[in-house]
Amino acid sequence: MVLLKSLLGSLRDLTPIILVIAFFQIVVLQQGVPDFLQLIIGFLLVTLGLTFFIYGLEMGLFPIGESMAYAFAQKGSVAWLLVFSFALGFGTTVAEPALIAVSAEAADVAALGGMIPDTQSDRQSYANGLRLTVALSVGLAIVIGVLRILKGWSIQYMIMAGYGLVVIMTMLAPREIIGIAYDSGGVTTSTITVPLVTALGVGLASCIEGRNPMIDGFGLIAFASLTPMIFVMAYGMVV
Amino acid sequence: MAFVYELMSTIGTTIRDVLPIAMIIFGFQFFVIRRPIPQFKRVLIGFLYVLLGLSLFLLGLEKALFPIGRLMAEQLTAPDFIEQWRLTSAGYGLHWSDYYWVYLFAFAIGASTTIAEPSLIAVAIKANEVSAGAIGIWGLRLAVALGVAVGIALGTWRIVTGYPIHWFIIAGYVCVVVQTFFAPKSIVPLAYDSGGVTTSTVTVPLVAALGLGLAETVPGRSPLIDGFGLIAFASLFPMITVMGYAQMSVWRQPRDKTLAVE
Repeated sequence: MVLLKSLLGSLRDLTPIILVIAFFQIVVLQQGVPDFLQLIIGFLLVTLGLTFFIYGLEMGLFPIGESMAYAFAQKGSVAWLLVFSFALGFGTTVAEPALIAVSAEAADVAALGGMIPDTQSDRQSYANGLRLTVALSVGLAIVIGVLRILKGWSIQYMIMAGYGLVVIMTMLAPREIIGIAYDSGGVTTSTITVPLVTALGVGLASCIEGRNPMIDGFGLIAFASLTPMIFVMAYGMVV
Repeated sequence: MAFVYELMSTIGTTIRDVLPIAMIIFGFQFFVIRRPIPQFKRVLIGFLYVLLGLSLFLLGLEKALFPIGRLMAEQLTAPDFIEQWRLTSAGYGLHWSDYYWVYLFAFAIGASTTIAEPSLIAVAIKANEVSAGAIGIWGLRLAVALGVAVGIALGTWRIVTGYPIHWFIIAGYVCVVVQTFFAPKSIVPLAYDSGGVTTSTVTVPLVAALGLGLAETVPGRSPLIDGFGLIAFASLFPMITVMGYAQMSVWRQPRDKTLAVE
């Protein structure tokens, strides 16, 4: 019954995409859809997938994120919490498929721009270095974000300082890397990381005295999208 | 048979992506926290649902949405198509306004894929729960979708005109910083977060295809340098629209401070 209701919800969530595609196919492009049956099957799968994901989210991902936040807060060990935060940020980013794709493209750009020798092995090592750099920066971002929640620092000035750094780095970094650096901020946060990290942040903020989950609980993702930009530009300058 | 095989291989890939996360979580749970997980069985079943859901979702995207999305991005940016629908008189070079279908498509696909983005749904559910209903799930999702739509439309316009990307990004930052001082305090961290959550599973591949297609066909653009940057636009503008949405809710109800402090 609950599943059925969320199935309808998913269907509603996907309707805009269907409408947009239908409009552009029929009115603008005026071309037949190549494989209509496959399209229908694909949309059914997407609908079903979204339904299960949302259902599992509230059963599994949210509770575990929160219960770990409570457990760490009760244990009172800041060091372990920070180690966990780093591992979560680093571990979820280093294997992220979108990041692997972007760093391979970045290596192509670097080779084209003459920043590295244009050989397979040089490009491979450049891409790997970039991937590790981004993963490291996300790990660091979650650590900083969690520390902020613990200490109750205000997020505005930290984000503004980050923006300031991005702007300064933009002026110094090689031009070819800038577009990729800006994009890398957006690709790091995956579908599973976001709910987990959000639940962790909100959980921490709601069990520490004097913290407001709304003001202190959110913001971890913001750090995780900011630091990669800075680190990727730094990587472009150093390598 | 082929379908079952594809499903299995997608589930395999998803498990490989989720495994590091699961290992970190359960590793810390068993070796550091050393306390049983409350309702362990339920959590495990939840994880299985997430795994299955994500696999089906990705498989469906690969089968339906990505091929047609990429094809449409290609068709809409093709020189023949632009030539056919151009506004300015034929014979001269193309004006940026001749690409209007591209901007419209960018706007529409940005908004509609954001509505279906699973991580945004997750954050919206959480924000609704934490704010005790003051932040509506749909309000947040629509505000973010509008931001992504404007961002991507502007990003495609930038590729066509060829203005440097950092002008836009820096101007956007200035806007975010100014809004931060005026927006209700409680929305600020959520607004910052909404920049990062918008761009994941659904939006990135489609938007990347649009950017690369456009950079390939517009004269004087290099796909490698100008094809990037759309995702950055899509993560910047939601911050502006989410704070804007909160500011508007406050202005509309000067007495009712549900969103303001608290």
